[in-house]
Parts: sequence; structure tokens; C-alpha cells
Amino acid sequence: MARRLNSISGFLLLGIVWEAAPRLGLADPRFFPPFSALVVELFKLAGTEEFWAYLASTIRTWAIGLTVATAAGVVAGLVIGLVPGARKYTHSTIEFLRPIPSVALIPGVILIFGSRYQSGVVLITYAAFWQVLLQMLYGLGDVDAVARDTARSFRFSTTGFIVHVAWPTLLPFLFTGIRLAASIALVLAVTAEMVIGSFGIGRGIVVAQSSDAIPTMYALVIVTGLMGVAINIAARAIEKRVLRWHPSVRNAIAA
Amino acid sequence: MAGNAVVSVQHLNKVYQSGTRRVEAIGDLNFDVEAGDFTCIVGPSGAGKTTLLKCLSGLLAPTSGAILVNGHAVAGPPAEMAVVFQEYGRSLFPWKTVRENIELPLREKKIAKAERTRLVDDALAAVALAGAGDSYPWQLSGGMQQRVAIARAVAYQPKVMVLDEPFAAVDAQTRADLEDLMLRLWSELDLTVIFVTHDIDEAVYLGHRVLVLSSSPTRILDDVRVDIPAPRNQATTRIEPQFAELRTRIYRGIQEAKSAARATKEPIKG
Amino acid sequence: MGRVAAMILRGAAVEFALPLALFVLLFVASANSSNFYFPPLAKVLERFDALWLGQRFVGDVLPSLGRLIGGYLIACLAGVAIGVPIGMFRPLRQAAEPVLEFFRAIPPPALIPVLVMLAGFGDTMKVAVIVTGSIWPILLNTVEGVRSVDLVLDETCRTYQIRGASRLWHFVLPSASPQIVVGMRVGLSIGIILMVISEMFAATNGLGAAIIVFQRSFEIPEMWSGVLMLGLFGFALSLAFRLFERRTLKWYYGMRDLERRS
Repeated sequence: MARRLNSISGFLLLGIVWEAAPRLGLADPRFFPPFSALVVELFKLAGTEEFWAYLASTIRTWAIGLTVATAAGVVAGLVIGLVPGARKYTHSTIEFLRPIPSVALIPGVILIFGSRYQSGVVLITYAAFWQVLLQMLYGLGDVDAVARDTARSFRFSTTGFIVHVAWPTLLPFLFTGIRLAASIALVLAVTAEMVIGSFGIGRGIVVAQSSDAIPTMYALVIVTGLMGVAINIAARAIEKRVLRWHPSVRNAIAA
Repeated sequence: MAGNAVVSVQHLNKVYQSGTRRVEAIGDLNFDVEAGDFTCIVGPSGAGKTTLLKCLSGLLAPTSGAILVNGHAVAGPPAEMAVVFQEYGRSLFPWKTVRENIELPLREKKIAKAERTRLVDDALAAVALAGAGDSYPWQLSGGMQQRVAIARAVAYQPKVMVLDEPFAAVDAQTRADLEDLMLRLWSELDLTVIFVTHDIDEAVYLGHRVLVLSSSPTRILDDVRVDIPAPRNQATTRIEPQFAELRTRIYRGIQEAKSAARATKEPIKG
Repeated sequence: MGRVAAMILRGAAVEFALPLALFVLLFVASANSSNFYFPPLAKVLERFDALWLGQRFVGDVLPSLGRLIGGYLIACLAGVAIGVPIGMFRPLRQAAEPVLEFFRAIPPPALIPVLVMLAGFGDTMKVAVIVTGSIWPILLNTVEGVRSVDLVLDETCRTYQIRGASRLWHFVLPSASPQIVVGMRVGLSIGIILMVISEMFAATNGLGAAIIVFQRSFEIPEMWSGVLMLGLFGFALSLAFRLFERRTLKWYYGMRDLERRS
């Protein structure tokens, strides 16, 4: 009980400070409207069609990008991980391409797609793909090790091996990859909207700021935060469910 | 408290309570350890040896009773005590060299650099690891790592050295070497040692006094004076008739303790 | 001698085979390109040489690097400084964790307009953007690393009277360092991304700014040369980080290599 209370105490404190500071003149109310004003604005937004259009657009871009990235990552992962020799030949290329920030593609993507949602999808795919690919490679590496130890002693058939050894070992890694990819996908969806001007919440934030609608701006930022939290919670819940029976669930702490 | 007692355990009682389960790990323990003595503590598994050790070294607070070290009550780890843990691999800092590991507690004691270096060198020489100062602990074998832990305890110049089943995780040959090392250090440096072990042979070989613990709630079952003639060594001491007698006596005591425990096997509820 | 040389050559061949092949493929495939958006690779390289190995390096790459390093260092120091107390004190952690989870879920670019509002379009805003994005993985990994210290080592510290600042410096921080470094690596990638985004958004100077300006004025080969520069920039920084990682975590890698071999 005390623990539950303690968990919300952080938010409580934040809310109180955010409410009091602008009202008491400790913070400039033009830049920091009181918390209540933000909440009011949030509810107002929820009544507008425009907000829901923004939201739907962002979610669509996110979902498509994530799906393509996952599919590409799984396929590439399987090819690189399973084809003998592929791993060592592709290692240097992966290590070179990986640190290239996805934002480097922005100009290219503007040229081809302009500000249509496909721009965002390409950016998301490029960035999220690496997460899935890397986790697949880690997983297949583990499968390799397990295979050497168990398959020999148990003499599995190929299908037996895939079903009983490869797939269960791979699954937690795949889920970690998807979870990380999902977070990154949101970041890039918003990025595309902000820098390229695609339709979505990101653009809404920019528009609000440049037209001095500050409470709206903050409200939309909060919405993106809530989306991020929802994605994290959903991903972890699904992961837990599917991997309930799995003896080892990997711990990867990344942003 | 007897005149020369460095450590005095008085009516030590420890009860673990979680929810409605109440386990009395230690019932009523009383004993003194004299200065310069080598006291071994044996008992069946689950006899609360670890609990006793944690209370002795101030890592765990007793439910009631007192532990006095050098006359003052133990309220936290006493500064005059050095502990050598069973898991040597986890008790040495992997990011520090052997030398730095041994030196760290001395830096805490605000000992001057020159003196620290001397103590570390002497300790390394005493455990026959004079050349290993600049290695990292994980580069050494298990037995060597435990010797580093012992060297650290020795360099600390404690009044009492407490060892928690320190040789349980090494192979038999290394264990024999480490046992002899302990005996040598004890006599050369005039240490007071409390040595917890599950190995009866080891207890009789090393100890000049063996305390036999019962199962929980733990009390002292037997207090045995070991007067096997010095000097002790692996080849001859273990075949002395006295050795066998003491060994058997302790072994029987522990067996009785175990069957008594089985007979009254129910955790106290409430 | 001959065998060693052969081994090294073979190793190098494997490393460079695919990249070289891809490069040649791209070069040849684009050689006769009349596509406005995808000029010949040769032209891009020529522009790269003309622009980025000279004036532009000082005028754009260095300011970008400066902002990145400034923001990143602040994020590292702040992330560790805040993460350590949160990791060490359970009540503090229970109160802080939900709030932190929320703030780190906000996509960092979403905060750019807020920071523009507060700090304008200059360097301060860009450094601030980098900090607000990079700090999260560092902070959260610090919390995690500090939380999970080894119990036996903790007891060792207690018995040998190693407390307070000493305990923090000799025990907690080194113990947490592998985890903290993981966070720092992620933080660096995020920092680079945010550096570029903030520069594209508020294009004054810098690598991102140069690229977006080229794109807007349809100087396409120049634009791609900028993208190439950005790729090298990211690659060079990740190499530099790896060197740093190897040095600081020398003990950790040594230990792990030994375990793996046994």
C-alpha cells in the first residue's frame, strides 16, 4: 500500500509544482502555463476532429513502419544468421551502416515522397530495422550455442530442432527487438512530422508553438508521452504473456 | 566475561519472521573466545552457522542477546574484525588489482602510504603470492583468490579473524594447502581465529577448540578442547588416535542433533 | 611468417569484401545516371572532396561536433549524478520511477518546439535538445547498474568499514560502470540523431543544416555528399566510443573473456 502511494507521489509533486510555480510568478506563465490549463486543453483537444486526425495519422505511420521493419529485420536476420559465412562477410557492412543516423535519409526521403506519410515510413523502417536485425542475430547466436549442446545429445530432426530448440530460444530476442523497434518507430514518426511536415501530432506541436498556442503545444507533447508509455506497457505485457512459459527472459535496458 | 576474552557471545537469539512464518534460527548461544585461540565452529547444515557468523560480524542484528568484541557491544561490523567469505570470487573487487584490493581497507584506516605498502607486501609474502600484486583477481585460480582474501584480512591487522567456510569451494589438494597456510599464519602472527566449517576433519585439524552446534533452534551441543600435539601437519596429525576420537565424538554429536531435529520437525507458527 | 600474413590478408578480405562489392556496384550502377535525384556516385564523391575536406569541415562539422560533445557530456554527468541516488535509495526510486518512465517515453523531437520557445533557435536550444534526449538511457541504466550491486561485495565493504564516499567511488560506481556504459552508448546514438534533427529544424549552421539547405535549394550531389559525411561522422564517433569503452572496462572484458574461454 505504501509502495503504491509512493509511486504516485512523484507525479503528485510534479503536478503541484507545475501548478503553483506559474501561479506564484516563480515561472513565466507564458512559457509554463499552470498544469490545470494543460489538462483543460487536453480535454478540449479530445473534442476536436483535428486532434483525432493527427493521432490516427501518426499511429498509421508508426504501425506500417514497424511492420515493415520487423518483417525486413526477421528476414535479413534469418538469412544472415543461417547462411554459413554470411555473418562474417556482412559484419563490417553492418557495423558501418548501423551508426548512420536514420535522419541522414531525411533529405532523400523528402525528394522522393515529399511530406506524404511514406516519408515517415521509410525513416522508421531504416531505424527500427537495425533493432530487430541485431536481436535476431543475438538470438540465432544463442541458438547456435544451444544447438551444439543439445541437438547432438538428443538427435533432433530438423523440424524438431526448429520447433523445440530454435524458435523458443529466438522468441525472447525477437520480442526485445520489436519492443525497442516500437519505441524508435514512435520517435521517428514524430520526427518526420516535425522536420518534413507530414501530417500528424509532430506537426501539430510545431504549428501550436509557432502560433503561440502554448497550452495546446504542451498538451500534444503530453499525448506523445502517453503514446510512448502505452507502447511500452503494451509491448511488455505481450512479451510477458507470450514468454510466460519461457525459462529465461532477457533483460535489455535501452532507451 | 572472562578476563582474556576477545569475543563474547551472550544469550544470542535470532528469530526470522516473515508473515506468519517464524523460524528461530538461533536459540540461546553462549560462548567466549579467548585471545590467541583458534576456535572452529561445526554443525549440521541448517544449523544457523551462517546466521551466527552474520551476527558475529555485525552484518545482522540479533533478536536478543549481545555480542561483545573487545569489550564493546557489536552494533554494526566491528572495526577490529576481518571476515573471509566463502565466495572468494565475489568478495574481491574485479576492477582492482590484487594489491589494490588488499590496500583498500588500509586506506580507509587512514594508514600512511609507506606503511600501507609494507603491510601489503608482508601480507602477500605471508600467503606466498609475492609476485601476484599486479594481477587482477579473476586472472588467478580459486585457491589463489582465497589467499588474496586471507592476505587482505591479515594486512588489516584485526583483533579477530572470522572465516566462513572459506575452503568449501576449492578442491581437496588446494584445501589442504590453505589449511596449512591458516595454521602457519595463526601461529606466526598470533591471531585470534573463528573458523566456521561443515567439515569435521578440517575443524579438528585446525582448531584448538571446536564448538559443535545443534540444529535450529541452535545451541551449543558440545565444546571440545583439541589437545593434539603440535606441530600439526597433513601427513601425521590426521592419523593420531586422539584425532580419530575427537572426530568420532563430534560426528556422533552432530548425528544426534540431526535426528533430534527430525523428530521435532515443525516450524513454530505464530 | 607467411602463414600469419596469409591469415591477416584473409581476415581483411572477409572484412572488406562485401563493402567493396557494394561500393563498386553502386558506383557502376549510378555511373550513367541521369536521374536528378540520384546522381552518379562519382559526382557525389567529387563534391565530397570539394566541400567536406576543406572549408565546410571547419564551418559545419566542427560546430556540430562541439554541440554534440557539449550536450552529451552534460547528459552523462547529469544522468549519472541523478541516477546514483535514485538507484541507491529505494523510496526515492519508487517515487521517481513512474515519472521518469513517462518523461523518457516522450519522443525527444517532440520537445524541440518547447525548447525553441524557451531558448530560441541558437546553440543553446540545440545543446538542450541533445541533453533532453541523451540523458534518459544514461540515467536509467545508471539506476539499474547501481541497484544491482553484488551482495557479497557489499558485505565485504561493510566488514572492512568502507562507507560513504569511499563506498561510492571504490564499489558502487565501478560495479555499475558496465551498465552505465551501455546507457552511454545508446545515449550517444540518440545524441547524434538529435543533433541532426535540431539542426535541420533550425538551420543556422552545422552538418544537419547544410544537408537540409542543399536539399531545399536542390543541390543534389552536394546534398548526398553531406549525407555521406554524416555517415562517416556517425561511424567515427562510434569507433571513438568503442575505444573509450575498451579502456574503461578493460577489467570487465578481461573477466568475461576468461569466463567465455573456460
